[in-house]
Amino acid sequence: MKTANQERRRERIDRGIKVRSDGLYALMSWRELGYLTAPRLVLIAGLILLPAVMPGLYWQRVITIVCIYSLLALSFDFLAHYVGLVSLGGAFFVGVGGYLTALLNTGWGFPPVIAAPIAAILGGAICTLLLLPCLPLRGVYFAIVTLMYPLFLARMIEALDILGGTDGIMGIDSFPYAWLEQYGIIVLLLMILFGLRRLVTTDLGLVMRAVKDNDQAVKASGINITHYKALAVFIASSVGCLAGACMVHTYMWAGISTFALDFSVLPIAATVIGGGSTLVGPVLGCLILVPVSELLRDFGTLRIVFYSLILLGFIVFRSEGLMIYGQRKYQQFERWTRI
Amino acid sequence: MDILIYGTINSVALALYALGFALVYGICRLPNFAHGALYVLSGFIAWTVIHTLNANLWVAVPVSLLATGVIGAVIYRLFLIRVRGMEISEIIASYAIALAILEGLRWGGFKGMTYTLPVFIEGSVVIGGISVDYQRLLTVVIGAALVAALWLFTHYTRVGLALRGMAQDERAALMLGIDSDLMAVVAMGLGSMLAAFAAVLLLPLGNIVVESGYNVLILAIAVCIVGGIGSWMGAVMAAFLIGFAQILTVVYLGSHYQMMVALLAIILTLILKPSGLFGQQKELEERV
Repeated sequence: MKTANQERRRERIDRGIKVRSDGLYALMSWRELGYLTAPRLVLIAGLILLPAVMPGLYWQRVITIVCIYSLLALSFDFLAHYVGLVSLGGAFFVGVGGYLTALLNTGWGFPPVIAAPIAAILGGAICTLLLLPCLPLRGVYFAIVTLMYPLFLARMIEALDILGGTDGIMGIDSFPYAWLEQYGIIVLLLMILFGLRRLVTTDLGLVMRAVKDNDQAVKASGINITHYKALAVFIASSVGCLAGACMVHTYMWAGISTFALDFSVLPIAATVIGGGSTLVGPVLGCLILVPVSELLRDFGTLRIVFYSLILLGFIVFRSEGLMIYGQRKYQQFERWTRI
Repeated sequence: MDILIYGTINSVALALYALGFALVYGICRLPNFAHGALYVLSGFIAWTVIHTLNANLWVAVPVSLLATGVIGAVIYRLFLIRVRGMEISEIIASYAIALAILEGLRWGGFKGMTYTLPVFIEGSVVIGGISVDYQRLLTVVIGAALVAALWLFTHYTRVGLALRGMAQDERAALMLGIDSDLMAVVAMGLGSMLAAFAAVLLLPLGNIVVESGYNVLILAIAVCIVGGIGSWMGAVMAAFLIGFAQILTVVYLGSHYQMMVALLAIILTLILKPSGLFGQQKELEERV
């Protein structure tokens, strides 16, 4: 049996329906149309129906948290796999966005629906400005600096007793309607997910991917790399800040815990598990990891150990992730062939 | 005078934090985000040996050094070697290891003020009107000795020369018959041991807390960036620069701002001279 195996190999071939529906712009049948749209429709319908099938308010709230983490994971995936910048500080974006929206809401009295988008844009600008010094450099600098900022900001707020100090900012308005809180973030997540997928295939996305793959070539084409990196960081950090702002309005509280490690680690773990560079993978990863982490809430910081070990296992031994595996199974079939 | 003395001590402490990180980065090109975690871990190993086995400090210190070195090498051999050269994966994997160790220790109940290591020698001495305890003096002496020993090791022993060869040009080193995977494991073991050295020297001055793992990592990185990543001389010089800057900040501005110094130093270095003060060798590679 063993010798027979050695003379054969497994080959992967694209399914006929994939080739037909991929290459041609005119779809020939409902079946091909279904083949193309089914995964997307499943995702959209699944996310929208999810709160309805959840038992009780608690699990509906968990879905909101899943969406918040998914936004963070999306921003991580976009930066890491399309621009080549590894951000270890999702908590930085959450914290900046959260505190900004809290200030806008309690200080100037903006309603949450207006405060959160402003906080996203403004927060994105602030994060980009703070990260600008490490953008012209290759290597580990970006990871290091993003790791440091949340730790520093948390400590500064604690030490200088600004922005409410250790108590945080209280009395923040929540979203006016429960359905808005529940579905607003789901719709936002879907919009950003499909928006980013569209973005990475445009010319802008092409330049960004080129920056990741070969920055010298991009530079040789007369394109300013730092400019594009800054733009990408702005997009990603705005998404992260938006997630933070939504979270703060959901909990009606902004404090030092918005800089907590959870916000940095879980999105990375979700991206690695779900499959990097797919943009859908991170959402899938969050759908798996966040409920599990809710179940593990009693164990305190053991949760972080748990994510880190999963993360380590996946990145070292199974680096492709679930989504890429799923895509392969959906689009290709395997068979044994004689050599 | 107290600025001078405490500045020196602080600088040596920073250099001790940074040496292991600089060694691993210089040789394996691995930004070892688990450095701070190994530092704290070795402190806990020493504490456990002393308190559960009732061992002497002089037994606990070598045990903790060796154990941390072996743990570092094993981590590298089992996990990190598989993602070698894949930058994103290296960063994420070593960060995941750091979190697993630190948060695992935190969950295991190592928190609060109760965990301290004994000092090597009790008592203090008065220098220029300032009382300095022996442990701090010893730190300076051992720190200097360690830097000298490392210099000798990398210039006059076969393994040391092999490590340096790898740091300079890995392919050429491979052609000369240096097993680069093995050397990377050795470097990681050594780097971990240096972290443990820093821990047994510096932890007796305070409590063992999990948070210090993150602080040590940040300080080590700050020193390495200011000094120029991969350059040891630069790291030592940068340690003095940041060390004195920190002490001056504490004296004139207040201790809240102490950690700001490190961040500011990193940002300023990245803006003004991204390759660091002494890091000429990788300048072209890292600057886009």
